[in-house]
Amino acid sequence: MPRYIMWRFLQAIPVFLGTTFLIYFMVFAMPGDPLLALFGDKTPNPAVLEQLREQYHLNEPFIVQYWYYMTGLFQGDFGTAYSGEPTTEILARTFPVTIRLAVLALIFQSVAGIAVGLVSGLRKGGIFDSSFLIISLVFLSLPIFVIAFVAQFVFGIQLGWARTTVGSGAPLQDLIMPAIVLATVSFAQIVRLTRSSVIETQQLDFVRTAYGKGLSRGRVIPVHILRNSLIPVTTYIGTDFGVLLVGATVTEGIFNVPGVGRTLYQAIIRGEGPTVVSFVTVMVLIYLLVNLVVDLLYAVLDPRIRYVK
Amino acid sequence: MKIRRIGLGATALLAAGALVLTGCASGGSGGGAESGVITTNGSEPQNPLIPTNTNETGGGKILDAIFAGLVYYDGEGAPHNDVAESIETDDAQTYTVTIKDGLKFTNDEPVTSDSFIDAWNYGALLSNAHNSSYFFEDIEGFSWDEDSELTGLKKVSDTEFTITLTQPLADFPLRLGYSAFFPLPASAFDDMDAFGANPVGNGPYMLDGEGAWKHDEKIDLAVNPDYDGGRKAKNDGLSIVFYASQDAAYADLQGENLDVLDAIPSAALGTYQSDLGDRWVNQPAAIFQSFTIPERLAHWGGEEGKLRRAALSMAINRAEITEVIFQDTRTPASDFTSPVIDGWSDSLKGAEVLAYNPEEAVKLWAEADAISPWEGEFQIAYNADGGHAEWVDAVTDSVKNTLGIEASGAPYPTFAEARTLITSREIQTAFRTGWQADYPGLFNFLGPLYATNAGSNDGDYSNAEFDALLKQGSTTTDIAEANGLFQQAQEILLQDLPAIPLWYSNVNGGWDKDVEGVTFGWNSVPLYYEITKG
Repeated sequence: MPRYIMWRFLQAIPVFLGTTFLIYFMVFAMPGDPLLALFGDKTPNPAVLEQLREQYHLNEPFIVQYWYYMTGLFQGDFGTAYSGEPTTEILARTFPVTIRLAVLALIFQSVAGIAVGLVSGLRKGGIFDSSFLIISLVFLSLPIFVIAFVAQFVFGIQLGWARTTVGSGAPLQDLIMPAIVLATVSFAQIVRLTRSSVIETQQLDFVRTAYGKGLSRGRVIPVHILRNSLIPVTTYIGTDFGVLLVGATVTEGIFNVPGVGRTLYQAIIRGEGPTVVSFVTVMVLIYLLVNLVVDLLYAVLDPRIRYVK
Repeated sequence: MKIRRIGLGATALLAAGALVLTGCASGGSGGGAESGVITTNGSEPQNPLIPTNTNETGGGKILDAIFAGLVYYDGEGAPHNDVAESIETDDAQTYTVTIKDGLKFTNDEPVTSDSFIDAWNYGALLSNAHNSSYFFEDIEGFSWDEDSELTGLKKVSDTEFTITLTQPLADFPLRLGYSAFFPLPASAFDDMDAFGANPVGNGPYMLDGEGAWKHDEKIDLAVNPDYDGGRKAKNDGLSIVFYASQDAAYADLQGENLDVLDAIPSAALGTYQSDLGDRWVNQPAAIFQSFTIPERLAHWGGEEGKLRRAALSMAINRAEITEVIFQDTRTPASDFTSPVIDGWSDSLKGAEVLAYNPEEAVKLWAEADAISPWEGEFQIAYNADGGHAEWVDAVTDSVKNTLGIEASGAPYPTFAEARTLITSREIQTAFRTGWQADYPGLFNFLGPLYATNAGSNDGDYSNAEFDALLKQGSTTTDIAEANGLFQQAQEILLQDLPAIPLWYSNVNGGWDKDVEGVTFGWNSVPLYYEITKG
């Protein structure tokens, strides 16, 4: 096991180098001078522009800029945004907010999704099952911004149950509505995944054996059916954490959450290379880490995996 | 046995999650603003809060609240003395400024002549590369090419200094209310970066303690008890919340989380007036929109170009486009400035070229064709990230239908790309242009845009007669006379049409039931100090 974890960490290095290079290249390839855009319709003085270019190494070729960035990175310097704020500070400020939002959404979607999926699977064809099949279809077909706007209008403006946008400091109670919105799509996926997995598992021999041995439903369902049905669901939830971080862009924009998604979007619009690359790099690292955790969780769920590796 | 382990894993995961959540949730609850503090929308400043380095509205709004310059502008854009006791001149070239005695910054440093002289010199210095350095270019000693001192600034005493310009400029005092001309306390120069994060000003408001600027979230301003000028706050403070989208801000206004909003999102333009009862505003702002056709393009120079420009201008149905596409949130242009500026006119000689007149347009186009037949397609370039596609399509459709030529929009993905092509003169089509005034004067809409070799003259327009009138207007100390000359200069522009005027942008805003006294200033920003709550 430790060797396996070590190996996985080593794998992350080329992925890390590759992604930063690609992202840096893509931001660099974006047409136009990002500094010019900062001046709106006014044409800035060429001398001032030249000063700023030098300051941000924008007058150097791409590979040199990338070199500056990478050497800085290994000295703990993630560069500065055009606002003069160090990127590390922006990261430190925005990541906790988004992680809180994503974890909250993850809890909502996993707990509710698995519970509903299990009941649906066990009572296949029933009213509960059919109604959640329809509901999950609705959630799957609606774009997330529609769900977000409707939730904001109904619960925020009309009913007044929640704040329309997230307040200063992003307190937990304000994040509940955005998290539920963010969770809806994956909730629907998890319901469907769990349901079909439960139905399949129920028909397997070991389940019949378990019942044949005289075990109660209260024992067979959690130990034999649910546990075996959770493997595909775990994979999905694991990969979904990355999707959540990205999907947060839309949700964070609508609910004005001062997190990664919103800040990343603005950095892309402004063509701020260092900020964009740093954000994406950290996101990649988190994604790699979560995937590692998922792989390790398999071993917990299925002993066969544990012994093969 | 095994089941317990899964259960354990699950609870551990949940517990860890809960820990992350509660651990980070110590930020304190938002909202709950004390009575009397006005909440309003803003955006994260793009630069540190240093007056000479802030050229965008997000930061400008904050600077205007926490600093007091020599003058300030009232709701109509008229200047009033703020820090200045008097600003006097005989020749519009040398100004003597006397400042009020006994004023101080919120760190108890006195406001003296040096507070202005040092701040301006710092902002103008080339190697500091401040965004608004061009504001000092008319002061003697300014240089674009090397670091040099503003020799035109001379200290007479702690409360008096003189400004000498390189040429007479009658509207110079009018500019002094712009944020670039704000004073700085001596302590700012010790560490300008630290100052930009926690600025100390002398205005009606001040930062509500160290760290009042919560990046990406909001900035809290408290009333400055020592401020004694014409903008004394009638409320208990100001909380400027930063929004990434106007939609979120508007939702907060409707959800009663926000008191004053100065930008209605386009999705709500059809409904905001009924949503808000009588708590909205829709009035022209100091923003002029146009498109520019460089004379260097084939068929657009000389006499032929002049005929074609006039034809094009008359082929556009401005009234219909502003009504249908912008839902009356634009006002069709009748000159090159803005109705909120003193000296604006809707009856300039030649202004009929801005009215929809298809017959005349076809006639003029045919006259141009007689000089040299038109070929190809007429295109207007725009940046696709700015929501311009709709009106560009409407304008080009209007041209196509009236003149019977091929016309279309030419989108560029980003604003940066479009601006790069425009400033490098590589662009081969007409392109959208706009101007938001820095200070409420006619000259600001004309000089920087159409004077020969001016900084933002993207179409490289040049007309000696126009330049002469502009100069004459600048040297006249009588404002009414100066405005008359600037209007004459505009009449030349109406013949030459270096840019085709389209419309003035309106300011659209709204406010909550709890607040009163909301008026919008000439620059589309509400006069926050006048708002009362509760």
